Amino acid sequence: MAGVQLKDVEKVYPNGFKAIHGIDVKVIDGEFLVLVGPSGCGKSTLLRMVAGLETVSGGEIRIGDRVVNDLEPMERNIAMVFQNYALYPHMSCYDNMAYGLRNRGVPKAEIAARVAETARILELEGLLDRRPNLLSGGQRQRVAMGRAIVRKPAVFLFDEPLSNLDAKLRVQMRIEIKRLQADLNTTSIYVTHDQVEAMTLGHRLMVLNGGNMEQLGTPIELYERPATTFVAEFIGSPSMNLLDARVSDDGAVVKLPDGESWTRADGGGRHAGRTVTLGVRPEHFDITGGDDGEAHLHVALVEHLGADTLIHGHIGDDRNALTVRLQGVVTARMGDVLPLRVAAKHLHLFDPETGKRLD
Amino acid sequence: MVENRPYLNVISHLIIIICIGIVMLPVWITFVASTHPIEALLTQPIPMWPGDRLFENYALVLTAGIADAGGVPVGVMMINSLIMALSITIGKIAISLIAAYAIVYFRFPFRMTCFWIIFMTLMLPVEVRILPTFKVVADLGMLNSYAGLSIPLIASATATFLFRQFFLTVPEELAEAARIDGAGPLKFFIDILMPLSRTNIAALFVILFIYGWNQYLWPLLITTEESFYTVVMGIQRMVNVSESLPVWHLVMATTILAMLPPVIVVVTMQRLFVKGLIETEK
Repeated sequence: MAGVQLKDVEKVYPNGFKAIHGIDVKVIDGEFLVLVGPSGCGKSTLLRMVAGLETVSGGEIRIGDRVVNDLEPMERNIAMVFQNYALYPHMSCYDNMAYGLRNRGVPKAEIAARVAETARILELEGLLDRRPNLLSGGQRQRVAMGRAIVRKPAVFLFDEPLSNLDAKLRVQMRIEIKRLQADLNTTSIYVTHDQVEAMTLGHRLMVLNGGNMEQLGTPIELYERPATTFVAEFIGSPSMNLLDARVSDDGAVVKLPDGESWTRADGGGRHAGRTVTLGVRPEHFDITGGDDGEAHLHVALVEHLGADTLIHGHIGDDRNALTVRLQGVVTARMGDVLPLRVAAKHLHLFDPETGKRLD
Repeated sequence: MVENRPYLNVISHLIIIICIGIVMLPVWITFVASTHPIEALLTQPIPMWPGDRLFENYALVLTAGIADAGGVPVGVMMINSLIMALSITIGKIAISLIAAYAIVYFRFPFRMTCFWIIFMTLMLPVEVRILPTFKVVADLGMLNSYAGLSIPLIASATATFLFRQFFLTVPEELAEAARIDGAGPLKFFIDILMPLSRTNIAALFVILFIYGWNQYLWPLLITTEESFYTVVMGIQRMVNVSESLPVWHLVMATTILAMLPPVIVVVTMQRLFVKGLIETEK
């Protein structure tokens, strides 16, 4: 077992494209770090650099206390689960799991014992002599995990392992991965573009955008205090509403362009008079409130999800479109105007130019 | 397409039977001819049913050969053919597997140039480059040897191209998974790529064996010693005997014998062969 440390890690492709711009992170022993971001943000590249499948252009990668920049994947003591599983199609499940151990010269009896143990953990006992093409997607996924677990590596690397499964199975496997990681207590780095997966699995999340780290923190930190508008929009579903607004001259309220406003909590006059991007999560709106300091929502579309109701609409004119998420079944119709309140602590202010959070 | 119309069934079967008849008739006549004494073949009408000389004729050609054609036993010629066909087949498969592996999985300077040069040799079959090849083989002292019979025919652009295309369909993650599992390039090749290519190898084996077995011009050129004659060119020599009539019954027996090994190869490898042509490994 070991932690992973990245120091100012960079990746430049031979054609000059810079995929990773100086990433710094220290993954402690036993931690579950999730790399999350839209496609093309460099998260897979970063993972593959840790695995040793991509060369490192700058900086340093340490696993445990060894610098592994120039080590072969095998020497790094890692195991990887691939998106398409990458099981050897001509080998039985047993051989798939045993192959890495055999290459390392583990004695036969121990291989048999370890594969049996892994198969027990993953409930694969009856399937060991089958070939991967006879297995279902979920079973293949398990075998791929088994191939990683059986080696008892220092670090697990997951490259979008659940994206080929159907929605139901994905939820189930997600829980299983979380449980397994907690049981084995092995340092893990997990790449996904699915923010629900990221939120539920990770001890900490790293949000990547265009090869830059946007924010690193626990899921709740990212949800409650997004560092940038990018993180604010990426984490949470439906994503945070971002509105053009201005802080009043005394700093007490945030004004929307058409004059409606929300009161800030102990604004204290900070950012008074400043133009800002105002962020409010859909679930933090309230339509039952009194009458002071309210904005009004013009309903355009209502979606009933059963547990929740999503109301799409706009404040004042069409520019400030937003989504509101209310608990339970709310009867509202297109064209209705609803009073819209937000608790002051749920108002997030961002710099409109840089997208950075204003505190 | 398959509908329940009995007369269509009858017609399609009729067409199949006619086609099989067209293909099989010459083979049948050859077989019948090989079971008769020579006199029966030189008089009208040609017999259409097997005669009584089956064992005598075959025993004669296999062990003694035909005196007028040099007297090389067909058995010896068949062994020569077999050695040549197998060397060509195995050599071609081995070399093209390795070449395709290098081209697909290794980044070396002029990789694509190498590939296109190999590809271009498709345009240069043996017949086109026969003089320079003969000169090279002669200078190397490989005339009248098994090496001379097989080595010049071993390089194969077709097989290299085929394996390259197959390797390109193998997911990259498989190679990466193998690297993480601690398999070096050689281990990956032997443990993963070769078993995956099994059906392709089988299909190529059938095609190349027949190609090697049927070589005619090249053995004719470079063998002057009778002990290196191959059966396909041997048949031609039997027909072209000077100052006597061809011994048709023995020629036909030799022909039947020459047809046997390819048939055996096709029949035994048929299952793998068909799999290799249609299967896309997941």
